[in-house]
Amino acid sequence: MTVYLPIAELSVNIFIILGMGAAVGFLSGMFGVGGGFLITPLLIFYNIPPVVAVATGANQVVASSISGAITHFRRGTLDMKLGSVLLVGGLAGATAGVWVFSWLRRIGQLDLFISLLYVVLLSSIGALMLQESVRAMRRAKNNNPLPVKRPGQHNWVHRLPLKMRFKKSKIYLSAIPVVGLGFGIGVLTSIMGVGGGFIMVPAMIYLLRIPTNVVVGTSLFQIIFVTAYTTMVQAATNYSVDIVLATILMVAGVIGAQYGVRVGQKLRGEQLRALLALLVLAVGIRLAVGLIVTPSDVYSVAVGGMSY
Amino acid sequence: MRRLLRIALLLPLLALGFPVQAQVPFGQASGVKEGLEIGTSTSEIAITSDFRGADLTIFGALTNADELFLAIGQYDVVVTLEGPKDYATVRKKERVFGIWMNTEGMTFEQVPESYSLASTRMIDSIDEAPSLNNIGVGIDHLALNPVGYIPDSGMIGEFRDAYRRLKLTNGLYQRDTSGVRFVSSSLFRASLKLPANIPDGMHMVRAYLFKSGQLITQREMPLRVVKTGIEQAITDAAHDRPIAYGFLCVLIAIITGWGASIVFRKD
Repeated sequence: MTVYLPIAELSVNIFIILGMGAAVGFLSGMFGVGGGFLITPLLIFYNIPPVVAVATGANQVVASSISGAITHFRRGTLDMKLGSVLLVGGLAGATAGVWVFSWLRRIGQLDLFISLLYVVLLSSIGALMLQESVRAMRRAKNNNPLPVKRPGQHNWVHRLPLKMRFKKSKIYLSAIPVVGLGFGIGVLTSIMGVGGGFIMVPAMIYLLRIPTNVVVGTSLFQIIFVTAYTTMVQAATNYSVDIVLATILMVAGVIGAQYGVRVGQKLRGEQLRALLALLVLAVGIRLAVGLIVTPSDVYSVAVGGMSY
Repeated sequence: MRRLLRIALLLPLLALGFPVQAQVPFGQASGVKEGLEIGTSTSEIAITSDFRGADLTIFGALTNADELFLAIGQYDVVVTLEGPKDYATVRKKERVFGIWMNTEGMTFEQVPESYSLASTRMIDSIDEAPSLNNIGVGIDHLALNPVGYIPDSGMIGEFRDAYRRLKLTNGLYQRDTSGVRFVSSSLFRASLKLPANIPDGMHMVRAYLFKSGQLITQREMPLRVVKTGIEQAITDAAHDRPIAYGFLCVLIAIITGWGASIVFRKD
C-alpha cells in the first residue's frame, strides 16, 4: 500500500515507513535514546530528501522523548532550573542552526553537510562508546570494580565565572558551559534532526559533573522544547516538515519503544552499549560510503535559483 | 493504476475549407491561408492523490489545407504542453579530497518545469535547428539562458545537456515523435503524456503547423492543472499557514507521545 508524502513529494510504501518507525522506536526504547540520529539517515537512505528527513526527524523526536520526560517529571528526577538554562542556549542554537540550514540549502551544499556531520559524529561517538563498553565488559569479566571518581574533583569548566546554584542537582556551576552545551545541541537539532541526547548526556556527566540521576530527565526536558521549536521554525522557513511521514513514524515509534524498553531491561548495560555503538558505527559507515562512491549521475537539477 | 484522462474534442468537421481549395491549381499558392484549430473538452485537470500519470488527447484540424500537400505529407503538426515556468539550477558534483560534492552550478532563467511534446515525426526532420531554436519548439530547442555572465561557453552547453537529460530521465520532459496521428486527411489527434510528478499551475497547450518545413501557423490554449485531495490541502497549509502547520505537527507529536505513555502505563 502506498501513501503519498505531500511535502517530500513522493509516494512511499506505508509498511516500510511503519517498519522503520517501529524498528527505530524499538531501539530507542531499548537503549533509552531519542532515535533521531537513526531515523534521519534511514529516511535519507530511503530517498526522502535530506531537507525533509531532518525536519521530520526533529518532529519525531518530540513524540519519542515526551513519555520519558513525563516519567522523569513524576519521579522528580528533573532539574527545571538547569533545564531552563540549557533551553536558553538550545533555542538560540536551533535558531542559528535553521539559518545555517537555509543558507547551505541555497548554495547547494546541504545534503553533503548533513552527511558529513553525521559521518563525523556517528563514527567518533560510536568508536568512543564501543571502546568504553568493551573495557567495561572486560572489567566485569575480570571482576575488577569500577574505579570510583572522587567527588568534588574539578576541571576547567568549574573555574568559569557567572556561577549559578542548581538546587535539585546540588551543584554550583557557571552558566556559560551550560548555555554553550545547549547551544551546540540546538544547532545539531536543526541541522541533523536529532534530539542530541547521545551527546548531551555524556557531556553533562563527564564535563559538567552533573549527578547522573537528574541528567537524563533534564536532557529530555531540554530536547522536547528544542525539537518542538525546531519543528516550528523548519515548518515556517523551509516548509520541510512532512506531517504524514511524521505521524506514521511517531505512531509506529512509540509502540515499538514500549517493546524495546522490555527487551532492554533484560540485557546488561555494557552489552547494550556495545550493541548501540556497533549500530551507530554501521550507520556512520553507510553514510561515509555514500559520500565516497561515485554517484550514478554527477549532475542534479533543482527548481529555483541559487540566489535571487 | 494508470488512468486515462481522455479529453476529447468534438470538432466541427472541416466543412468549410475543401470546396474552395480544390479549385486552386497545383503549385500555386492558394489565396486562403491554412488555419489550425485545436481543442480539448476541458480547461482544467484535477489530479487526485492516487495519480500515476495520464494521457491527454488533443484533437485538431487543418483548415484550408492544400490537398496535394496533404497527400504527399508536407504538413507536420507539433503539439506541446508546457508547464509553469521557474528558475532551474543544475549542479555538478566533483570529487574533492575523496568526497563527491557539488562544485559548480548554473541557474537557467524561467524554463518550463514540465514539457511534453507530440509530433507527426522527428521534429529535427521537420525543420532546421536554428528556426526551431527561434520558436523554442522541442526539448533540444527550448531556450536555456543562464543567469549571470558565464565566461566559458563550453560549460553552458554541458549544463544544458545535463538539464535536458535529467528532465527526460525523471519524466518531466517527454517526447513522442509519433504522438500526432492524422485520423482523416486533415483531422489529427495528439496524445500527450502527463507525468505522475506533473507540477500544478497554469500549463499551456501549443500546436504548431509546419508546411514543407516552414512554421505557418500556431494555436495555444491554457490548461489548468490542479491537485486535489487531502495531500494538496496539506501542501497548501504548509505553505500558506506555516506557523499553524508547524504547531499542528508538534501537537500531534505531543498527543502521540503522551497517549502512548498513558496506554502503556503499567500501574
